[in-house]
Amino acid sequence: MATFDAIFLGGGPAGYVGAIRAAQLGLNVGVIEREGLGGTCVLWGCIPAKALLEASSIANRVKHAAEFGVMVGEVKTDYGVAMKRSRDVSSKNSKGVEFLFKKNKITWIKGTGTLGSGKTVKVTGADGKTETHTATKAVVISTGSRVKGLPQAGLELNKTTVISSDEALILERAPQAIAIVGAGAVGCEFADVFNAFGSKVTLIEAMPQILPLEDADSGVEVARSFKKRGIEVMAGAKLTSAKVGKSSVKLTVEAGGSKHELDVDIVLVAAGRAANTEQIGLKEAGVALTDRGFIKINERMETSAKGIYAIGDVAGPPMLAHKGEREGMIVAQVIAGVHFHPMNYGNIPNATYCHPEVASIGMTEAQVKEKKLDYKVGKFPFSANGRARTSGETEGFVKIIRDAKYGEILGAHIVGAHATELIHELAVARENEFTVEEIELAIHAHPTLSEAIAEATLDSMGRMIHA
Amino acid sequence: MATKVFMEALSPTMEEGRLAKWLKNEGDAVKSGDVLAEVETDKAIMELVARGDGILRKRLVAEGGTVPVGSLVGVIAAKDEDIATLVASAGAAAAPAAAVAATPALAPAPAPRTAPVPAPVPAPVPAPVPAGASVATNGGRTLSSPLARRIAGERGLALAGLAGSGPGGRIIKRDIEAAAAAGPAASHQQSAGSRRHVEAGTEYTDVALTQIRKTIARRLGESIGPIPTFYLTAEFDLERAAELRAAMGDAFKVSFNDIILKATATALALHPEVNAHWLGDHIRYWGRVHLGMAVATDDGLIVPVIFDADKKRLSEISAESKALAQRARDRKLKSEEFTGSTFSVSNLGMMQIEQFTAIINPPEVGILAIGAIEDKPVKGADGTIQFRKKLRVTMSCDHRAVDGAVGARFLQTLRRMIENPLMLVY
Repeated sequence: MATFDAIFLGGGPAGYVGAIRAAQLGLNVGVIEREGLGGTCVLWGCIPAKALLEASSIANRVKHAAEFGVMVGEVKTDYGVAMKRSRDVSSKNSKGVEFLFKKNKITWIKGTGTLGSGKTVKVTGADGKTETHTATKAVVISTGSRVKGLPQAGLELNKTTVISSDEALILERAPQAIAIVGAGAVGCEFADVFNAFGSKVTLIEAMPQILPLEDADSGVEVARSFKKRGIEVMAGAKLTSAKVGKSSVKLTVEAGGSKHELDVDIVLVAAGRAANTEQIGLKEAGVALTDRGFIKINERMETSAKGIYAIGDVAGPPMLAHKGEREGMIVAQVIAGVHFHPMNYGNIPNATYCHPEVASIGMTEAQVKEKKLDYKVGKFPFSANGRARTSGETEGFVKIIRDAKYGEILGAHIVGAHATELIHELAVARENEFTVEEIELAIHAHPTLSEAIAEATLDSMGRMIHA
Repeated sequence: MATKVFMEALSPTMEEGRLAKWLKNEGDAVKSGDVLAEVETDKAIMELVARGDGILRKRLVAEGGTVPVGSLVGVIAAKDEDIATLVASAGAAAAPAAAVAATPALAPAPAPRTAPVPAPVPAPVPAPVPAGASVATNGGRTLSSPLARRIAGERGLALAGLAGSGPGGRIIKRDIEAAAAAGPAASHQQSAGSRRHVEAGTEYTDVALTQIRKTIARRLGESIGPIPTFYLTAEFDLERAAELRAAMGDAFKVSFNDIILKATATALALHPEVNAHWLGDHIRYWGRVHLGMAVATDDGLIVPVIFDADKKRLSEISAESKALAQRARDRKLKSEEFTGSTFSVSNLGMMQIEQFTAIINPPEVGILAIGAIEDKPVKGADGTIQFRKKLRVTMSCDHRAVDGAVGARFLQTLRRMIENPLMLVY
């Protein structure tokens, strides 16, 4: 039994960042977390997946090493080794968060929390003992989300032949043949990884393009690259039957006007996640949900129950670590009573770490069209960029969509090496309301990949230099 | 220990104060005695000073806001001190204050050149903390994003009147859109005479003609000729100007005309909307005041220019106007001495003309015609008839650029200057 100013229910990116910010603002903070600090991001998502993708990148790069005059001999891959390294990276990151908690004098309450009456939380530890903690100012729900299967398509997760990203991250070896259902960021990233580690990969997407949330051009570019590397890409596909066996799965997929029979070792379901709203006493506490099953919040992250806030995946899409982190910062400032800038949900970058990488911010061209905005597009291919040529990574492009009249950057889409790093120039530009003119006026060093951004803005004004 | 900053009674009769301008930003370190803000009282612009050391953690009243004496307007505290309860306690009081701030003043009070003008549109931001929605100025600059500037420029909106909701009160796109969406009331105020803002230190600001401006120009031009002129006449009381002259005596001798020129220049600096050139497809609002003064010579009329007249002292204006008039009569003016005026004044008072209308000197958009000073009977406060010195001025306005209310506001400011000539010392 302890009393805190604020209690965070869940120590993922939203909860732990919120906790640190709240502690910085002088609050006494407790965080309830049953697993490890860092949540899905650190343990089962962003971080371990990126460690595997780095392995995939190296595998792909060394295949071309001879072209650079570097002779490495026969290239062999071992998923088990890559997986173990990825787990190490993950646990180091989690330990890093533990250190930050100590530094900021935040209490980690190990266990599973349930909302009680008032601003209390009942915590059940691993030993089954329960204790109740009280928050004087706020309880923040940051329970996150979890993978889910596709039972409606006959693909209930069984953790052996039908798996989620959670299991994929701890496989001892790469399967011979794998079907990945859902070609969003997670699906595309695992397609990339398993392809590099020698699996025969079939990527199945119900929407007409892979990476359906990205600009159509980005989806096309990645699909082209995937196909070149031998990944079977089925977009606009319909899964008509799934026969799940003990060591294999038979799928029937209709795509491109024909029927495909697939026999794979493993099906990885990479379609959708469910918000963790169950068994935490939301109903009893009077916390309302949205139609889509997320906790309903306002600009101040307040739920319908007084003194109870929600942030991160559980509070609605996009389910991205950096969105949750920012909500965590905001909720801490709200609770501490200091000024905060409201979340700008229209300016959250998207990043997919497959190869080539895909990153974007703002609207897609289709969305701009739908809004009937008067716009101009500027596009510059990395094949015309000096730096990209030197590294032999000439796939992809920078695409800038700007308002025709005012030059506002409505959307920016980058496909290519380091796209997820490059996008932030445009995130800063949009946050500060720079127009294409300010981007172009800023001198970009030569030779860099970033020059492609300047060229794309120039192209949007009809003044491209290098292509 | 936090120090509360209150609206202090800065004059014996002061009941409320308008926070004209914050001189410290949130987060600035302040020492006891530092000037935190400029406050406009019933009498003058006064300084509000810090009564403690620390960081100015919170500004609770937006610039332009009016609050009663004794209201909490800010909090000075240590960097990490919890001021939430203090701030919350001010919340209740801040609400009515904000309502006052949002009401446009009927008679715009003269403010220092760099002071932001009262927001013509109530801040649309429902921010729980009032500090987020202030007009951001930084040494007289209006903070705004490049996109906001571009949209405002295209739409002919003045940024200076808008409340910014971005970091540090920066004006961003949504503030412009909120102002535009505020409807006809706001746009009417805009056309009817919200003050034009010219960035300090810039020569001038060109503003594209809005649709309404184009229509006004075309229709009025069709009606009355190339320059659709209208006239505004006002009678000013010159008793205090006379007292000033008497007090200054022979040692500091200035003429009524000098005082009028000085007052006009100062008022023009506050009203760039009449200190402008009509240039056909756009209006150029000047950031500097170059005052033309009509001089009759044997050859005819010539208008030499007192450059940067608003920045010159009364004695300099006096000396320069005398010298220019003399050189004009001697036909010794160089061409650069009679070109480049941004506004002109013509005085026929010495010829006992009570009142007249002057012809605008294009591309200027206004000219003042100064009549004779006469002793006129008026009913005094005690009901008796007194004789007071009165002066009639008539302003000719180019209606394409200057609407009636705009010209009238300029004359209101000019009246305050001339009737309270000590303001010219400011």
